[in-house]
Amino acid sequence: MDLSAINPTLLVAALMVASTPIILAAIGEMVVEKAGVLNLGVEGMMIVGAICGFAIAVETGSPFWGFAAAALGGAVLSLLFGVLTQYFLSNQVATGLGLTLFGLGLSALMGQGYVGIRPPEMGKIEVPVLSDLPFFGPVLSNQDAMVYVALLLVMATWVVLRFTRAGLVLRAVGENHDAAHALGYKVVRVRMMAIFFGGACAGLGGAYLSLIRVPQWTEGMTAGAGWIALAIVVFGAWRPFRVLLGAYLFGGVTVLQLNLQAAGANIPVEYLSMSPYLITIAVLVIMSSGKAKAALNAPACLGRQFHASS
Amino acid sequence: MTALLELNGLTKAYPGVVANDDVSLVIQPGEVHALLGENGAGKSTLVKMIYGLVKPDSGEMRLRGERFTPAEPRAARAAGVAMVFQHFSLFEALDVAENIALGMENPPKMRDLAAEITRVSNAYGLPLDPARLVGDLSAGERQRVEIIRCLLQNPKLLIMDEPTSVLTPQEVEILFQTLEKLRSEGTSILYISHKLEEIRRLCDAATILRLGKNVGTCDPRQETARAMAEMMVGQVLHVPERTPHATAEVALELRNLSVKSPSAFGTSLKDVSLTVQKGEVLGIGGVAGNGQDELTAALSGEVLAGPGQIMFDGADVAGLGPNARRALGLLAAPEERLGHAAAPDMSLTENAVLTGTVRKSLTKNGFLNWAGARSFAEEVIKGFDVRTPGAHTAARALSGGNLQKYVIGREILQKPELLVVNQPTWGVDAAAAAAIRQALLDLAAEGAAIVVISQDLDELMEISDRFAALNEGRLTKPVPAKGLTVDQIGLMMGGAHDMEAAS
Repeated sequence: MDLSAINPTLLVAALMVASTPIILAAIGEMVVEKAGVLNLGVEGMMIVGAICGFAIAVETGSPFWGFAAAALGGAVLSLLFGVLTQYFLSNQVATGLGLTLFGLGLSALMGQGYVGIRPPEMGKIEVPVLSDLPFFGPVLSNQDAMVYVALLLVMATWVVLRFTRAGLVLRAVGENHDAAHALGYKVVRVRMMAIFFGGACAGLGGAYLSLIRVPQWTEGMTAGAGWIALAIVVFGAWRPFRVLLGAYLFGGVTVLQLNLQAAGANIPVEYLSMSPYLITIAVLVIMSSGKAKAALNAPACLGRQFHASS
Repeated sequence: MTALLELNGLTKAYPGVVANDDVSLVIQPGEVHALLGENGAGKSTLVKMIYGLVKPDSGEMRLRGERFTPAEPRAARAAGVAMVFQHFSLFEALDVAENIALGMENPPKMRDLAAEITRVSNAYGLPLDPARLVGDLSAGERQRVEIIRCLLQNPKLLIMDEPTSVLTPQEVEILFQTLEKLRSEGTSILYISHKLEEIRRLCDAATILRLGKNVGTCDPRQETARAMAEMMVGQVLHVPERTPHATAEVALELRNLSVKSPSAFGTSLKDVSLTVQKGEVLGIGGVAGNGQDELTAALSGEVLAGPGQIMFDGADVAGLGPNARRALGLLAAPEERLGHAAAPDMSLTENAVLTGTVRKSLTKNGFLNWAGARSFAEEVIKGFDVRTPGAHTAARALSGGNLQKYVIGREILQKPELLVVNQPTWGVDAAAAAAIRQALLDLAAEGAAIVVISQDLDELMEISDRFAALNEGRLTKPVPAKGLTVDQIGLMMGGAHDMEAAS
């Protein structure tokens, strides 16, 4: 095998692209879980976002409207989950799993006429000054807009959760919904908004796969990305930058193993293909293995039913 | 002078129960008004209406003479009503300043708020560090967070729901000084409690609720505690009888028991040593969160200890799990009724099987003996006067007091050699509490050893032969309970491990 065929600069640039869908889905799910809701439907919302974005981008010829439609599609699907779990008090785990299955089926139906088409391309953004730097130039500049949107979203999530009152209320609702209710905060409303945001983010992540990363539409094309996003949230201990790190790790190993496959590495392809999943989970488990610390950061009301009985 | 708050004929009904029935009361400015009543008498519903969490079905409230209809807690707070909750209002993973900001309408910037918290907390003698995580605070400190949160909004009426149930006598003293300072500044306080001596000391007026109705208003300084208790319960109270039965035989011995707490916010046990004799009741006091749950878990076998640390009847049981210990006669009833002592959604019969299967032989070759289980459950229900439609009822459907009687009765009827109970009468009404205490004393009279872990000092003084206190996971040397003064107990709970300082 020929390792010199692997160019580190291109590898890192590709890593940014490979991890963007995971970053988007994971940061949305992190906000949902911080509000105390466990939505296992990320995979379903991603794939519905993927086909919504793809279809609209093809029909309008504009990737921008594609992404907007993807966010809306994911968010509408998440509202279904929100209404069922928050108003009808259905079980969150079962509803989330159902949402994933529903999303996979629905997207296959919606996507029947779109197999084998190329979507319109999205322009790259050249960042002045930055693009002239030796290694960082090619890595950070000349990416598509969504890469920057994803990074900004992580930053914004961190700032909002850490420093604003809205973020404080959101964390409070996830930490102890009875107390938040007793203090007069609208637990269900806060959670519905968080679920909506999570759905929109997952939709964007899905559309990034179908419009930029692949770029075409195939059934079941998310291939477990939603599940990895869920795992990254948990093992990233509900912290935005750890979630980002987890997503980069997954993207990095994915790109690396593709490069290794191309370079004809002497490892069976099956092992290479499973490596991103295994390595990401293993590293994150080790990072969050301090039991007391992880428990401290987990929203105490995660997945618990809230009903204002009094 | 117009009254600060006037309630006229407030009524609130829930499906199947009238929580408040035509309740009226008047609170004057600068008055400390006690609201007395058993669990389920409707105290919580009444204050929730004042605080805007619940809307009354009929009746009216007037604040300073004007109609007062708070639609939500925000409106009540804006009108000058603040409330210190008994449970459910702090966020463990957030720090003190964040917790306080959540309870305010327009909190200042975090840095200014921290300074303000420090200033107010010092002014009222309740020191508090705004940057600490609430999960790391003691129960007394958590209450300070709640009180400061209220005080920062300059309330006209402060509602306090059972504020002293988690405090040491010294902390109660500090709290009372704070409340008296507030009263002298003209703040009215609505003080909910069932501790009558406290009310007689602190309050200017008392309203007594029974089954949702106002059964009388009195001046607590003129009444005896007993007279108020009987108004509250509506019947003559039975005081448990006690005759010491301690024998020389040792039932349980702990030798330097050290156990790490399984929870992040828990307290680890450090070098706990004690002996309990057969026929003796050992009372263990202490402020909540000082190792009570860990000690219960270590004794029941939920958490295993190092070899030789727990000797039961001369045998080392430190490495045995709960069922093995039950087989030997070491039984336990943990504090949390729903979810720990009983499975909420399972029937009383099923719950009887869960702990009774070993000693009552309720399983055979892996199959359940339903007939035996049912008759055992019915025996408990009958023997302990558990009010329920029958053994098929789900544990969740029982009131706190009835479920507690069931949980304790289930262990007692298994004829333990040693029974460990944690908070046996927490949240239980006075009549049921007296029955539970009597049952424990009767069990001791038959020769069983009993360890009672409780935060209710009156209860411990009433039934214990010897008393010890837990403080940060350490246990003081047990001393005879008879003749202990409140000061001595306070010192023990505060961590005076060397009893020479206190005796």
